[in-house]
Amino acid sequence: MTAETSFSQAPPPEATRRSRLTAQRIRSAWIFLTPMMLALALVAGWPLFRNIYFSFTDASLTNLGAAQWIGFDNYYSKITLPSGREITSGLLVDPEWWRAVGNTLRFAFLSVGFETVFGLIVALVLNAEFKGRALVRAAVLVPWAIPTIVSAKIWAWMLNDQFGVINDVFLKLGLISEKVAWTASPDTAMTAVLIVDIWKTTPFMALLILAGLQMVPKDIYEAAKIDGVHPVKQFFKITLPLIWPAVMVAVIFRLLDALRIFDLIYVLTPNNAQTRTMSVAVRENLFDFDNFAYGSAQATMLFFIIALITILYITLGRVRFDGGK
Amino acid sequence: MARIQLNGVRKSFGDVHVIKGVDLDIRAGEFMVFVGPSGCGKSTLLRLIAGLEDITSGEMRFNDQRVNDKTPSERGIAMVFQSYALYPHMSVYDNMAFGLRLAKGEEAETRKRVERAAEMLQIKQYLDRLPKQLSGGQRQRVAIGRAIVRDPQVFLFDEPLSNLDAALRVATRLEIAKLHHDMGKATMIYVTHDQVEAMTLADRICVLRDGLVEQVGTPLELYEKPASVFVAGFIGSPKMNFFSGAHASPLGAHTIGVRPEHLLAAPESAGTWSGQVAHREVMGSDTYLYIDVGGPELITLRETGISGRNPGDRIALTPMAPHYVHRFNEAGRPV
Ligand SMILES: Nc1ncnc2c1ncn2[C@@H]1O[C@H](COP(=O)(O)OP(=O)(O)OP(=O)(O)O)[C@@H](O)[C@H]1O
Ligand SMILES: [Mg+2]
Repeated sequence: MTAETSFSQAPPPEATRRSRLTAQRIRSAWIFLTPMMLALALVAGWPLFRNIYFSFTDASLTNLGAAQWIGFDNYYSKITLPSGREITSGLLVDPEWWRAVGNTLRFAFLSVGFETVFGLIVALVLNAEFKGRALVRAAVLVPWAIPTIVSAKIWAWMLNDQFGVINDVFLKLGLISEKVAWTASPDTAMTAVLIVDIWKTTPFMALLILAGLQMVPKDIYEAAKIDGVHPVKQFFKITLPLIWPAVMVAVIFRLLDALRIFDLIYVLTPNNAQTRTMSVAVRENLFDFDNFAYGSAQATMLFFIIALITILYITLGRVRFDGGK
Repeated sequence: MARIQLNGVRKSFGDVHVIKGVDLDIRAGEFMVFVGPSGCGKSTLLRLIAGLEDITSGEMRFNDQRVNDKTPSERGIAMVFQSYALYPHMSVYDNMAFGLRLAKGEEAETRKRVERAAEMLQIKQYLDRLPKQLSGGQRQRVAIGRAIVRDPQVFLFDEPLSNLDAALRVATRLEIAKLHHDMGKATMIYVTHDQVEAMTLADRICVLRDGLVEQVGTPLELYEKPASVFVAGFIGSPKMNFFSGAHASPLGAHTIGVRPEHLLAAPESAGTWSGQVAHREVMGSDTYLYIDVGGPELITLRETGISGRNPGDRIALTPMAPHYVHRFNEAGRPV
């Protein structure tokens, strides 16, 4: 940067050549970027715009073309009845919606929290040298490789109240006295979803953290041995600070995923108020209840909530996508 | 002060035998240099002494105490790595203080020691920087500083200067020599590829070859009385000239070795060997002439100043004095 300022004061002949080179670089950058930006505008920008537009209308799924602009009514509206009573309606005062937001946040923070801790442990194990490490590394990935719908179905069967293997085993072990409807009971539904999600995504977390661990130079562990650092201290004072950037990036990947969770909950615990998340609520309104405009308002809100959390996380966590170099 | 004894030390990685039975007695306070060709096991031997690798068989003693099963920190050693191995997320100060803090040292005492070391190595103004904000030479000094503050009985260096440029190498070499002098009681073991480092720093040099000790001695002993053709060829720069077959028989040995600085250009009739100048390197202070005498290798002649001879000139060579002629038998041993 300082070099550039000194150039601008007294441009020597190289400065013009250099700027031509810079211009060329900028041009090729645009050439590379344009297809992606076009594609993004088509598949993300336009739908998002349409979605936000519909949230300000009374659109119905049966006749999208007839949508009328109704302003903020989907979000908030107040009607004063002839009797003088005021009735407020709209997304901002909808307890069902806020409950879904709460469910989503609870799910996201718990699942990502556990996945981070377990992923860290798995990554540390996989980073150690032992026979058959490559095989274990591949095997650990299996839950992640199974499509969510399939694993959700598998778990739904295992957790089934009548025929599920989990009830059977727990009964035989005497852990429970009668069969439990794990996925339907309000007390256990969220836990069931969390367990399945953690089972499924810990490998992904572990792999991202493992990549970070492998960036840590081996020789500083030898230096630590000579310094006589206790292994626990070594982890907290050396390993963790060095892989922290990788962990932060892994967490944001997972957090974005978890805040949009839909498929697992839709399959494992359908129609359960305890586990209904924002995405599930959006889908219900858009397609099941024919509240297309209201669903659009929810989807818009979902977008802004996720955006807000992401921005907060990146600024507060000082996430660096270049790996902290 | 630590005397280090190695008795029949062996090390294998699986089927690969790297150290094949080393006996070595390193005196307390001595500066010992390990040299040898790449892959001969210098680093491995150093790491065995450090305790970073387990000994496969044999025994290692520090001050007559068996240390085979002691951890690096229990051995009271400090090591300077070729790659520096500084903690990248800690400031220079913390890098140096880390080990002391773990040893539950008082913060005031720690600070005093770090500052003294920093002063000695002239890195005081960088104490708050991160390693990545330092040049290679500065990092190297931090690595040495980290070793100094531990006040170790034994200093281990694995090619600490190999990442530095020529000028800095000389400067740091002098600093290490001074360090050895200042810390008079610490035993130092130093691995290097560099002839000059070995000759100038060492009290004694240990030449390793293929996992075995070839010769141990003072630099001059190795230079003047090499115990084998291998050592003769390894110590000294430029390398010793070897004559064999018909070129060696006039002097009565299987192989004859004469150092380039001990050869003399002679009148054609009086020369022991004669040939043609093939190539010439002018160093300024010296000139190296490469002479084809008909043997398998070119013979190097070192002449002071700038030589007037040119490639193509005929030249005859003779040893300066009889005691400069090294004679070796078929097995490569001196006779
Ligand atoms: N962990 C290991 N596993 C298997 N073989 C090893 C291991 N470490 C070293 N070796 C082998 O041991 C031999 C000696 O290695 P070492 O690093 O001690 O050589 P060196 O003398 O230090 O060489 P250089 O001068 O190139 O640093 C080499 O042939 C190397 O391949
Ligand atoms: Mg080495």
